[in-house]
Amino acid sequence: MSRRPYVRPVRRGSWYLRQARYRVYMLREMTCVLVAVYCVLLLVGLAALAADGPERWQAFLAAQQNTAWVVFHAIALVYFIVYQTMAWFQLAPKAMPLQWGKTKVPAAAIVAAHYLVWFIITTLVFWLAGVI
Amino acid sequence: MAIANKSLVWGLFAAGGTLTAFLFPALMALFLLVATGNLPEGLAYGPARAFVASWPTKAVLFGIVFLSLWHAAHRMRVLLHDFGLRADGVFAIVLYLLATLGSILTAVLLLGIH
Repeated sequence: MSRRPYVRPVRRGSWYLRQARYRVYMLREMTCVLVAVYCVLLLVGLAALAADGPERWQAFLAAQQNTAWVVFHAIALVYFIVYQTMAWFQLAPKAMPLQWGKTKVPAAAIVAAHYLVWFIITTLVFWLAGVI
Repeated sequence: MAIANKSLVWGLFAAGGTLTAFLFPALMALFLLVATGNLPEGLAYGPARAFVASWPTKAVLFGIVFLSLWHAAHRMRVLLHDFGLRADGVFAIVLYLLATLGSILTAVLLLGIH
């Protein structure tokens, strides 16, 4: 063993800025903040719904109706779709490789199946909410 | 890192990630609709309350919140480590505790809706 082994300096707080791959990784992982925010929003809404009488629920809906929330939801929607949903589907063939004997299911088929299920679930949610 | 050994934690994280990937865009679109003033008819107080009051819906909603919170907690733990903050023990306890408390709160709220 050498007397002074070389340890490559790594900047602990900003290593991810060095390469595009690392930056994309960080953007992907930061979607968890959005997940937490929307869980909190869901809980607040559920608490308003659970109250006696419609006032708190209507107050919750009314509080959502301003430009700041519109901007937030719009940006969050696009960001989340790109960096969570699309990224997750892209990784799906690696996460669940399917094989019958020697024939492997092509990656494109697995990804396409995910998009199809996403479409179905989205349609179901919109139908339940009365949007369609 | 101790994180890699806990396959149960990872399993819940992966389930939450799959769930949120499929479900949350539709949810966010609903929030966007409400924010722009176009309230979907199913989200008025009467229909919404009736929808949440059924037991299968409560079970599904609890599962959604539980898995999503767990996913967010675990991912945030790793994210904090990636940002260079190394107090992993403290962060793990705090984040998983918050996820558990959020899940318990959801269960309590759901049980209170008739």
